[in-house]
Amino acid sequence: MTSVTDRQKLQYIAAQAADARVNVELETEGMTLNLGPQHPATHGTLRIIAQLDGEQVVHAEPVAGYMHRGYEKLTEVRTYPQITTLINRIDWLGSFANEVPFILAAEQLMEVEAPERAMWIRTILFELSRISNLILFLGDMGVQLGAVTPVFFAFRDREFVLDQIEAATGGRFHPNFDRIGGLRDDLPKGWLESTKGSMDKVRDFCDQIEDLLLGSEIFQTRTRGIGIVPTDVAMQYGLSGPNARASGIDWDVRRDNCIGLAYPELDWKVWTHTDGDSFARFWVRIQEVREAAKMVDQLCDGLPAGPVMAKVPRIIKVPAGEAYVATENPLGEMGYYIVSEGDLTPFRVKIRSASFSNMSITPWLLRGVYVPDIITILGSLYFILGDIDR
Amino acid sequence: MTNDAPAAEATESEEVAVDEPREARLAMISESLGDMLVDSHIAVGRDIWVRVSTDAWGEVADVVRNRLGLRYFGFLSVIDWMPSPYGRSMDSEVDIVLADAASSDDAAEEAPDTGFTRGVTGGETRFQAFARVSHVGDPGDFWGLTIKADIPDDTLAIDTWTNAYAGADWHEREAWEMFGIRFTGHPGLRNIYLPTDFEGNPMRKDFPLLARMVKPWPGIVDVEPLPATDDGAEEGDQ
Repeated sequence: MTSVTDRQKLQYIAAQAADARVNVELETEGMTLNLGPQHPATHGTLRIIAQLDGEQVVHAEPVAGYMHRGYEKLTEVRTYPQITTLINRIDWLGSFANEVPFILAAEQLMEVEAPERAMWIRTILFELSRISNLILFLGDMGVQLGAVTPVFFAFRDREFVLDQIEAATGGRFHPNFDRIGGLRDDLPKGWLESTKGSMDKVRDFCDQIEDLLLGSEIFQTRTRGIGIVPTDVAMQYGLSGPNARASGIDWDVRRDNCIGLAYPELDWKVWTHTDGDSFARFWVRIQEVREAAKMVDQLCDGLPAGPVMAKVPRIIKVPAGEAYVATENPLGEMGYYIVSEGDLTPFRVKIRSASFSNMSITPWLLRGVYVPDIITILGSLYFILGDIDR
Repeated sequence: MTNDAPAAEATESEEVAVDEPREARLAMISESLGDMLVDSHIAVGRDIWVRVSTDAWGEVADVVRNRLGLRYFGFLSVIDWMPSPYGRSMDSEVDIVLADAASSDDAAEEAPDTGFTRGVTGGETRFQAFARVSHVGDPGDFWGLTIKADIPDDTLAIDTWTNAYAGADWHEREAWEMFGIRFTGHPGLRNIYLPTDFEGNPMRKDFPLLARMVKPWPGIVDVEPLPATDDGAEEGDQ
């Protein structure tokens, strides 16, 4: 091959290139992009390995498990009252909401019902958890797009809600306030008024975020039509909560299968959006915060008097049986499947956490999207790592 | 093993009550499932359980999704019915006292054995797969169903649900690594939580919870006054 001159080589390459242009697509070399485990967009430590073709994702593989704490195993060696401390830490931004379905499932097996006042206070605290959780999402979504201001507003205004949770339960993040048969304590004096005051601040925050983000042209171009989840795909993957409602599924556990909480007494609305894109998921969550603030107002006004604790045995032994109770948590449907053999501890607890199912759609959803959209899609799906890893 | 009416081994004493909508749903379910259905149970006002035969597990997913319209996939997991050889690891001081108090309190009423050994729908094998699917229709039209199936002790394998419900993918991966159950036909059973070189299946009952074994929990600092010791005037329900 010594006779091949540079000129011939160049001609050969040019011919190949011409052929390629005419006949086959130009093959670009694949690249693997590793996002995380400690990426600001991951709310913890989720790692995403994305195979790229140019700017497009060919295959994305989320790697979870960096925070797996084995709660399902741990519940088997703890008594029922001890478990609420653990499960508080599943979705750490809406901790109280994690306790409720577990307690409700245990109450169902014991055939105990909490007094009405306890049910109402549970509902108030549940909605406060939702607000404090979703406020952070609303601010955080701006960060995913490079807007830093909203997240400071979010952290500022979330305090108003956390202050109320702390005043009632003693803990800002991990109340551990729910008990089988009711609540640990009644509300402090003057709490209802100050809570209603903080709801006004929450509404102001929603207006502010709407002004800052929702109308922004950059926000709209980055989220509209991005990461579309069709209704049927959402159902198959078990998307729940705002993610499902943004895909046009008119379903809310609070309305359709409410167990042991005060939602049927309230006047509120389930918001849905038909687009199924990142924008819809953001929009639905804004409406949900407003709706939750409305509910808290109504709950504070109509709170019935009475005891907050039912008569329960001093040593909690749950009769043998199985129960599954799910509630509409800030992130979606969260349920506990409890199998009891009549012991001090459950025999098996299956924790159905919302983020686990919400994230299982990512390999499907990220296929074919552009690299910058990975971040907005993940941000708009909104997951809490503790809720994936449990 | 009959396939209609609440299961014979129902533990609750509520067979007298009848749950009309759930009975109607169960009738519909048993009609669609035919002889794939092994057992069923209704907890009045609460929930429906069905148990299907092992071989039909994969087909059942297709039937409940496409024919019965239970299109929403809740979760899928496995349960290990073997009693834990390590007990409850209730070995710290506070737990022992609590357990003693509990056993002395209810000794009388605990005597009739409930026969609850494999859950509300019974079963023969050590492992059972169970899944939860729901029907999401118009507002207010929402109901769920728990489906179970025995997993053969010799093969420890059962069909995958990923063909009917794509979301079963991660749930089956989790069940595979935690219980060592193989889901035949799953596109890629890889570890999801555990490191790839992890040995053992942590959620099996015979997998020791080492952290609990080397150090009793909770520590002595956590001890509160025990409920049994202080005066129970206002809520002595026992």
